[in-house]
Formats: sequence, C-alpha cells, structure tokens
Amino acid sequence: MSEKLVVIDYGMGNLKSVAQALERVAPDTLVQISSDPADIDAADRIVFPGQGAAGDCMRNIERAGLLQSILQACREKPFLGICMGLQVLLEVSDENAGTHCIGLIPGRVEKFDRSDHQTGFKVPHMGWNEVEQCTSHPLWEGIPDRARFYFVHSYFVRPDDNTWIAGSTDYMHPFASALARDNVFATQFHPEKSARDGLRLLHNFSRWSV
Amino acid sequence: MGLARRIIPCLDIDNGRVVKGVNFVDIVDAGDPVDAARGYDAAGADEITFLDITASSDNRGIILDIVEKVAEQVFIPLTVGGGVREFADIRRLLNAGADKVSINTAAVSNPELVREASDRVGNQCIVVALDARQVDGQAGQWEIFTHGGRRATGIDAIEWAQKMAQYGAGELLLTSMDRDGTREGFDLALTRAVSDAVDVPVIASGGVGNLQHLCDGVTLGAADAVLAASIFHFGQYSIAEAKLAMSQAGIEVRHIRKEDDVNVG
Repeated sequence: MSEKLVVIDYGMGNLKSVAQALERVAPDTLVQISSDPADIDAADRIVFPGQGAAGDCMRNIERAGLLQSILQACREKPFLGICMGLQVLLEVSDENAGTHCIGLIPGRVEKFDRSDHQTGFKVPHMGWNEVEQCTSHPLWEGIPDRARFYFVHSYFVRPDDNTWIAGSTDYMHPFASALARDNVFATQFHPEKSARDGLRLLHNFSRWSV
Repeated sequence: MGLARRIIPCLDIDNGRVVKGVNFVDIVDAGDPVDAARGYDAAGADEITFLDITASSDNRGIILDIVEKVAEQVFIPLTVGGGVREFADIRRLLNAGADKVSINTAAVSNPELVREASDRVGNQCIVVALDARQVDGQAGQWEIFTHGGRRATGIDAIEWAQKMAQYGAGELLLTSMDRDGTREGFDLALTRAVSDAVDVPVIASGGVGNLQHLCDGVTLGAADAVLAASIFHFGQYSIAEAKLAMSQAGIEVRHIRKEDDVNVG
C-alpha cells in the first residue's frame, strides 16, 4: 500500500503548488489536501504550509479544530512546515500585535526592522537567498551548502534554543531559515517554488524515515 | 553574500498564445506559453511573469487554463497580470496556481481593491503595476498612466508608489512608458526615485535593449528585480548571459548549476 501524505488545508493560501510539487517528486506517495483532523491522524507524513498573517492562521487552525491533530503529528510522524507553517510552530509572533501560536518550539517570531539598517533592504524579504546548512540532515541530502531557495516573508523566527537551527540565511542579519528536531523539519523558504533544490528537499522529505 | 537580484522574463499572452515567443532548444512551439515557461525555468529565470493582453472578455478564461498547466510543471514563482478588475479575478488566478497577481488600472480606479486583496490573501501575492511617464519639461516628476499607458491620471508616480505600498502591495512593477519598447534602457532616475521611496521590492521594466541596461537597473536604479521581454524572446541574449553580465558587474545573482540537469523526480 502506498504511503499517504496529507497537506494540511486551513484556508491560508493556495496549497496546490505544494501538492503538485510533492506529486512530481514522490510519485509513489498518495498526496491529499485535507482539513479533516481524521485525515491528519491517519497520514504517514504531514506537510503544513501557510501564507498570510499569523493571527488569521491561528484563528483558522482553531476554528477548524486542527490544533490537537497538528500537535500530535508534530510528535510522531515526519512533519514539514513551510513559511507560515514554520512561524506558527513557535510560541508567539509579533504579527497582529502579538499572536499566541502553537508553541511547539520555544521562541518568538519577529519582524524585519528596516529602520535599524541601511536602506536597500526591502520588506518583504523576497527572492532567492542562500541557506547555510547548520547541521547535516537527511532533508539536505543532495543539496549543496549555501544553495539558494525562494523566500517571501516579512517576519522571521528566533528560537530560544539554537540547536533547533538547521539552516541560516543572511538578510539584514543572520536569521534561522530552517528548524529541525526529531521528526520535525520546517523552512522559512518555499521549497515548492525553489526549482531543483526545492524539489530535492521535498523528495527527501517524502523518503525520510524518522 | 545574500539576497540575489532577480531576472524576470515577461511573456505577453494573447488568446492563449505567446506573442513574440522565443525558441528554446528542445522546445518545439515558441507560441505555447507552457513550453515557453518551461524553457525559461530551465534557462535559470528567477520568476516568470505572464501579461494577459487578450482583448476579448470572452476569451479571458483561457489564461486560467494556461496558469494551471504551467503551475503543474514549473516550480518557480509565477506572476500573472492583465485584465484584473476585481477580487474574484485575483482569487481565480491564485487558485489556478499563480503565486502573485499584478493589478494595474484597477488599482487606480479602485485603490481599496489593493487593500482588500492584501488583507485577504496576504501582501506577498499582490503586485501593483505602475505605468509612469515623465511630466513634460519637469525632470524628476512622473505621472501615472492607465489603460496600457494611454490614459493620463494626474497622479504623481512617487506618491502613488508610496500609497500602494501602504495599501498592501507586496511588490511594485514599475514600467517607464517613455522607455517601453525603445530599447534605450530603463528610466533610471524614475526607478531610483521609486525604489528609494518605498520599503517593498521594486521590479524595473521598460526599455531594456542590452545586458548593461539590466545591470544599470540594479546598480544605478536600485531595482530589486529586472524584467525584460524582447531581449530574451528574440534570442538576443540568454538568461545565463544576463546573469553572467550582472555577476561581473558585482551584482549578486542566482546561478544555475550544471548538475541541475539531474532529475529528482
């Protein structure tokens, strides 16, 4: 029987490109977009994408009754967070005047503050930037250190514990662009929009056994 | 090292066909938008922009079908503009697989559309396209035009750029109507003035005739990305040549590796 991968749908952005990229690199995996907690509970792997504002994300997760299933999945099966799906794993975000988030990862989400820096740094941080691999990890396999991935975000994560940091990127200052521990891997960049290296990361995730 | 400046080829689509398409190696049909997008992706384009210039509203739906097919095969960001009038148009394009939607005339006639769209789908999806023309005899002053550059609005371009960023544009696509089609290079003073006036990224467009123009757009115009059509479509220059020229000018770009030919799927 083929493995089942669920892309969590909680009304935050278009999930089709993530699902299509996964179908492309993991043809043996059944990829399903779902907002049903039962599907998340039954899945072998979870992809947790998201775009938009943190406040809306948390409201939608709670309204859809997904919080427990997401937390459970974070504990027990390969779990890939993307963009907002990374940020809401932390405890609190400065977005929307302070948003209480899922809290799996101790730390907070802060805005790029252009005022402290020279002009020339635009917000959102948009485009292809380098990701320095801070740890070796099965999801980095076949991807060169400092490969470029596609980013688009105005907030970045600051975990309390630096051992979470799997990837680091420099924009105004170094920030954590990938976090990983146990069965969880989460990226600030969009692998589904990052051409070959992004597809490779998704391929690695589809094969990752924790 | 840090964020790369982007090179964005722009494809004009009329009734589902690329106008003035380029012939890529291994790609047969230069007029097919899906093939053209795949070609640019393989060539190392950082994003792709489709501009739907279909005149007949009966045929507007064709672009959705194209966007769907491109999104199935091309895994870099895709921006679609042209004929976006209301939020439902934006929603349809995003659902079809566009990553960003570009709003032009509708932003002028209804600025609240930008605010509404940004609130509902996030500013990362919303590009506001500005068509600007220098005010006669007034260096350093530009006016916003709509309807493909035909209709004057009396709106100051710099103030408009700031207002649109404030309303929630995640990015501005700035076209000089004076330079568009001339191949004389970007209006660098305009590009610089807009880029310096806003926090959001600015894409320079209009007038590119050679690779030096692309470099100047970044080094002198302070553009975050450069958009060009004809120099790529006619095969005059490749994306790789453009990146090499920019790299030699000290501009950070995203290079394509040789081993990228390895199939991961």
